Amino acid sequence: MLVACCSLLIIMKNFFLIFQKEFRSYFNSPIAFVVITIFLILSGYFFHGIFLNFSTISFQVATNAILARQNNQLNVTEMVVRPFFDIISMVMLIMLPMLTMRMFSEEKKSGTIELLLTYPVKDSEVILGKFAGCMGIFTIMVLLTVPCFILIGLFGEPELGVVLSGYVGLFCMGAAFISLGIFASSITENQIIAAVLSFASLLIFLMMGYSASFASESLGNVLKYLSFMPHMYNSFAKGVLDTEDIIYYVLFTLFCIFLNMRSLESKKWRG
Amino acid sequence: MIEVENLTKKYGNARGINDVTFTVEKGEILGFLGPNGAGKTTTMRIITCFMPATSGKARVAGFDVFEDSLEVRKRIGYLPESVPLYTDMQVPVYLEFVGGLKGVDRRDIKRRVGQIIDDCGLNAVTKKYIGELSKGYRQRVGLAQALINDPEVLILDEPTIGLDPKQIIEIRSLIKGLGGRRTVILSTHILPEVSMTCQRVIIINEGRLVAVDTPQNLTAQLQKSQQIIVRIGGPEKEVLSEVGKINNVSRVAIKENGTDGVNTYLVEFKKDSDGGKDIPPVIVRKNWALYEMRPIGMSLEDIFIKLVTEEKIH
Repeated sequence: MLVACCSLLIIMKNFFLIFQKEFRSYFNSPIAFVVITIFLILSGYFFHGIFLNFSTISFQVATNAILARQNNQLNVTEMVVRPFFDIISMVMLIMLPMLTMRMFSEEKKSGTIELLLTYPVKDSEVILGKFAGCMGIFTIMVLLTVPCFILIGLFGEPELGVVLSGYVGLFCMGAAFISLGIFASSITENQIIAAVLSFASLLIFLMMGYSASFASESLGNVLKYLSFMPHMYNSFAKGVLDTEDIIYYVLFTLFCIFLNMRSLESKKWRG
Repeated sequence: MIEVENLTKKYGNARGINDVTFTVEKGEILGFLGPNGAGKTTTMRIITCFMPATSGKARVAGFDVFEDSLEVRKRIGYLPESVPLYTDMQVPVYLEFVGGLKGVDRRDIKRRVGQIIDDCGLNAVTKKYIGELSKGYRQRVGLAQALINDPEVLILDEPTIGLDPKQIIEIRSLIKGLGGRRTVILSTHILPEVSMTCQRVIIINEGRLVAVDTPQNLTAQLQKSQQIIVRIGGPEKEVLSEVGKINNVSRVAIKENGTDGVNTYLVEFKKDSDGGKDIPPVIVRKNWALYEMRPIGMSLEDIFIKLVTEEKIH
């Protein structure tokens, strides 16, 4: 038992050291600042649009009795919070590959991977440490959107449950995006290729659900299940915390991390 | 300390190294010599567990590099040829990071980093980011990260490449100071470096082991004849014929024509003969003047070129 605890602590130590190094290195270069700022500008811009649109409609409804009868479901959660989560996830899709693309490709290009992998560290510790470092930046990025919801709260009454479940959804999605991005960067030493690969595959996973309508029923169901779409917009963004969706993201993330470990290992075999 | 048996590494169809076998004793400094692309780096990468061998075994401190990779890696300090460092980190931060990963105790790490910074002469750059450092300082940081956990085995891939002469001397004396306590493998293609720092030399060419021995033994083995240079003041023809009559002399030739009849001659003796002592009596008898007399040993360069080219003929 004691041995198990000690070995766990040692594992945690390496993981923590790599996490700390990766997290810091984002701030040693302008990457973190640029990515976070652009993320906030983009999501803020869209938030402004959505919110303004909602207030215009509210104003029209308030002054027009006929419209008021048609729009009896003027709901701030439905019309602002949900679309805003959709937008944030879209912006994430653009920004997260920018964070993950350098993870392994840069180490390969500069050769630092040779030193890293000859230290007494397990591959899994390296990958998880990098994953956690990236998640750290992502967390800061996403939490900086909280003021938008406070703003909604000042002028309307959004459902707190939907906001919270929306954030849980964003985190799950972010973890999936990041694990995929890090895997993409582990198979090439070129950062651009890593970024393009993760963009493309994230887009495919996002849009896969659409092609379901052209496929046979069973294949369509598979495609629909594999897509990000139904696991975010029909659940978390609606305030539904379904274990099915959580499991989907956890499995997606674990699978990417698994692939990542294989790719590091194969690199060793191929020299 | 390090045992390598029949190590072979293939890259596709191309061979990296072929059937390499050698051992390194504890506390020994071993020079790894070979032309570019001979397989030095490949061998080192296998010993440091960066890549596995296609076949054969390598053990460090009794641990197999493939089976007990983590145990081996705990005991090794490695400096790759390109000195890859994280350019966006400050020197002490980087060393603390590496020290932590290599198992230096957390309470001890500050002291250890301070000590290694002193040892490697990095005091002037503790505030700088690694990316701002000159090549010489980077090399020292590379050496510092290899030494941070006081490893039993040090593997240095061309540690003095790209340094200025003063730095080369410093690094060499640092490495020399490491021997005895630690086992060091040092690769290089600078030959004097080997004779200066190493107790034993391995010469590798086209992935094959060509020779393993001390620099002195290699010289002795490969020298097919003993050559002596003599500068004598005396009539040229007479000198040539008289010296040629000495026992065991196989050849006499003028190496350089001097002024006033003082010429430099090259006298070649048969192998294993101590003919040098017979030259002065002849000169004294003939009443010539002796200005200089010295044997020519084979330099490591000669050995190296000889071995490497002989290998090519086969």
